[in-house]
Amino acid sequence: MIIIQIVGLALLSAILIIVIKQVKPELAFLLSIAAGLVILILIMRQVEAVIELINQLARQARIDMIYFNTIIKIIGIAYIGEFGAELTRDSGEGALASKIELATKIIIMVIAIPIMLSLIETILRLIPA
Amino acid sequence: MDINLIFKIAGLGIFISIINIVLKQADKEEQAQMLTLVGVIIVLMIVIQLIGQLFDDVRTVFRF
Repeated sequence: MIIIQIVGLALLSAILIIVIKQVKPELAFLLSIAAGLVILILIMRQVEAVIELINQLARQARIDMIYFNTIIKIIGIAYIGEFGAELTRDSGEGALASKIELATKIIIMVIAIPIMLSLIETILRLIPA
Repeated sequence: MDINLIFKIAGLGIFISIINIVLKQADKEEQAQMLTLVGVIIVLMIVIQLIGQLFDDVRTVFRF
């Protein structure tokens, strides 16, 4: 039961963070980062299984693998960007967090350009000349 | 292994804060400051390795 593991780990680290925060706030922040990282690494195994399933379905439906890989990549970028933004916001740097979010959106836009181009081409083909 | 890491960091934090209090009582402010710095750097190394592991995992799972 991975959920019990995760909740236990989070509760334990929250208590430890409260203890350390009174004497060393900077170490408490690092501890909270470490706890978050451990939880995310634990959850990655589950994400892998889900993506394997989606991959199988996409192969059965004969979806072009380029589009599929792009979508998976976008999800990964959003995941890392969200993680970084949350960390910076936790440390009190809200402005930096918004910049990370902006960067994430722009990078996703850039990666999605081929998909958008093919969509526009399809629409143009549907319109009679 | 994962939970050990949390315990390691928390133990380091408590240990450093106790030593810090002792050093402050002995009027060694500078050494106390240096100790704090070293503690933060050691924990930062652990956290950076963890971040690297997470990014590697994300890269393999999301096929970058």
